Amino acid sequence: MSVDLHTVKRVARLARIAVSEEEAGRMAGELNAILGFVEQLSEVDVTDVEPMTSVTLMEMKKRQDVVTDGAKASDIVANAPATEENFFLVPKVVE
Amino acid sequence: MTDLTRLTIAQAREKLRAKEITAVELTDSYLAAIDAANPALNAYVAVTHDKARDMARASDARLAEGQGGALEGIPLGIKDLFATEGVHTQACSHVLDGFKPRYESTVSANLWADGAVMLGKLNMDEFAMGSSNETSYYGPVINPWRAESSNRQLVPGGSSGGSAAAVSAFLCSGATATDTGGSIRQPAAFTGTVGIKPTYGRCSRWGIAAFASSLDQAGPIARDVRDAAILLKSMASVDKKDTTSVDRPVPDYEAAIGRSLKGMKIGIPREYRVDGTPQEIEDLWRKGIDWLREAGAEIVDISLPHTKYALPAYYIVAPAEASSNLARYDGVRYGLRVPGKDIVDMYEKTRAAGFGREVKRRVMIGTYVLSAGYYDAYYLQAQKVRTLIKKDFEDVFAAGVDAILTPATPSAAFGIADEEMNADPVKMYLNDIFTVTVNMAGLPGIAVPGGLDANGLPLGLQLIGRPFDEETLFQTAHVIEQAAGTFQPPKWW
Repeated sequence: MSVDLHTVKRVARLARIAVSEEEAGRMAGELNAILGFVEQLSEVDVTDVEPMTSVTLMEMKKRQDVVTDGAKASDIVANAPATEENFFLVPKVVE
Repeated sequence: MTDLTRLTIAQAREKLRAKEITAVELTDSYLAAIDAANPALNAYVAVTHDKARDMARASDARLAEGQGGALEGIPLGIKDLFATEGVHTQACSHVLDGFKPRYESTVSANLWADGAVMLGKLNMDEFAMGSSNETSYYGPVINPWRAESSNRQLVPGGSSGGSAAAVSAFLCSGATATDTGGSIRQPAAFTGTVGIKPTYGRCSRWGIAAFASSLDQAGPIARDVRDAAILLKSMASVDKKDTTSVDRPVPDYEAAIGRSLKGMKIGIPREYRVDGTPQEIEDLWRKGIDWLREAGAEIVDISLPHTKYALPAYYIVAPAEASSNLARYDGVRYGLRVPGKDIVDMYEKTRAAGFGREVKRRVMIGTYVLSAGYYDAYYLQAQKVRTLIKKDFEDVFAAGVDAILTPATPSAAFGIADEEMNADPVKMYLNDIFTVTVNMAGLPGIAVPGGLDANGLPLGLQLIGRPFDEETLFQTAHVIEQAAGTFQPPKWW
C-alpha cells in the first residue's frame, strides 16, 4: 500500500495537523518508506494467534466508585493559554 | 580537594552518612559542574539551583539527626518527561511551552521521599521519539565521548540522551530516564553508562508524559551497576494511581550484586546475529559470553524466531498509541496556542507549530494505521505478531534460561546530523533493533558497558531477564562490569 498526496492531507486533517503542500509531499515519501518497512509483517502466519492486549498477566485493578479527588479547578486551568473564572476559553464554536 | 562529582552514589552515600561531606557541598559541586559544562553539552534544559540547595540543606538537617532515606543528599537529574511540581516539564516539545505541572510524578516523588536532591530537568528527544536526542526543541545533546584524536560531535543516543550525557559527564550522580523502544539502553550504551528498563509495571507511569502506554517504562541511568540498583529500588513502587503498576513488593536489588553465576543458564539468541553488524560488536558479544562462562554460567544457544518482526511491529503499535496520547495537545488546556479562524483551524495551527518533524511523522503514521479500513491490516496484525514475540521469550525461559545476552546497539555513537539517518527515518529506527523486542514483550533489560571500540568509543552489552527478575540482571551485569571495568570520557568541555 502506498500513500499519495491526497491521503496525506486526509490523514493530516484527521490528526489535526496543518500541512503545507511542500510538507505533504515530503511526508508522503517518509510515510511510504515507513509503511514499506512494516509491510514485512504481512508474511507472518498469525492463524489462531490472539492479539496482545496486555504484556503482563494481571487482573484489571478495580476500586470503589467513590470520589477521591477534586476541588482543584484553579490547578487544572493554571497552565491553560486562555481562561476565565476557571473555564477554558476557545474560539466560538456555535453561531 | 577531591572532585566530589566523581563519587558514585554508593560512595557518596557512605561519606554523607559518615559526615565526611555535606549534601550542600555535594550539590554545589554538581551545580558548578553543570554551569561550566552545559553550554558545551546541552544536557540540561532547566537547572533548579535554588530548589537543589534547599533540598540539600534539608538533607543535611536530617543527616545531622542520624536520619535520612536511602538516597539522602544524592543529587539527581530528572528527564524532562517526568512531571515535577512547579518546575519546567515540557517533554522537550514546543507544544508544552511554559508548562509547569501542579503535581509530581510518582517516580520522582519516590526519589524525593528517599531524600534525593533535584538538580534540574534533562534534555531528551521530543516526547521521547528519537534515537539521537536531535528531535528536542531545545537542540541536540552532545555526547561527552569523542573518537580518539577527533573533535567531531557525536550524539549521546536517545531518547534519554540528556540523562546519559549528564551521568557520563559527571553532571549528576544518576538520572531518571524512560524506555519505550530502547531509550534507556541505547543512550547508556553510547555513553559508557549503565541503564535498566525494568519489567512493564514495575515503575509507575503516573505523571510521565505518555508516548506509547503499553511500552513506556521508567528506569535509571547510572555510572555503575550498583548505583543503578540503588536508584531502581527507590524509583519502583506499587501505585494506586497507575492501574498497570503491578502489586509486587520491590526487592532489595543491591543485595543481588556479588551473587555467584554458578548453575545459571545464559541464552545466546542466534537471530541477533544480523547482517551488517560491525565485527567489533560481534567480538564484544563473544567476550561477554566468555566472561559469563568463566564466572560459572552455562551458555546455551537459543532461538527467538520472530525477532526480525519486532521493529516493524513496534513502528505500528508505538505510533498508533502516540497518535492517541498526543491528541491532548490541542492548544486549549496547556502550553502553546496559535490562533486560528475557528476552533479546528486553531487546533491544526497549534499542532503544526508545536510538534517537530519526527513527532508529526509518528502521529501521522499512527493516525493512518488506526484509520478506517487499515486497522486490521496494520494494528491488529502487529498486536498478533507481538503475542508471538512474547511467546518466543516465554518458550526460552520455560526451557530453563535465566537471562539472555545480546549486544545493546548495532553500532557505537554516530555523528550529529548524520546525513544517512536524516535522509531515511527507517535507518534511524534500526538503532533499536536489539532493544525493542524487550519492550514488545514487557521484559526487563539492562545495558552495561563492555568495552571501547577501535576509536575509543564505548560499546554496550544487553541482558534480558524474566518478568520481574531484575535481580538476575543486576547480578549478571555486575559480573560483566567486574570483567570489563567502567569507562569515563576524557574531559574536553
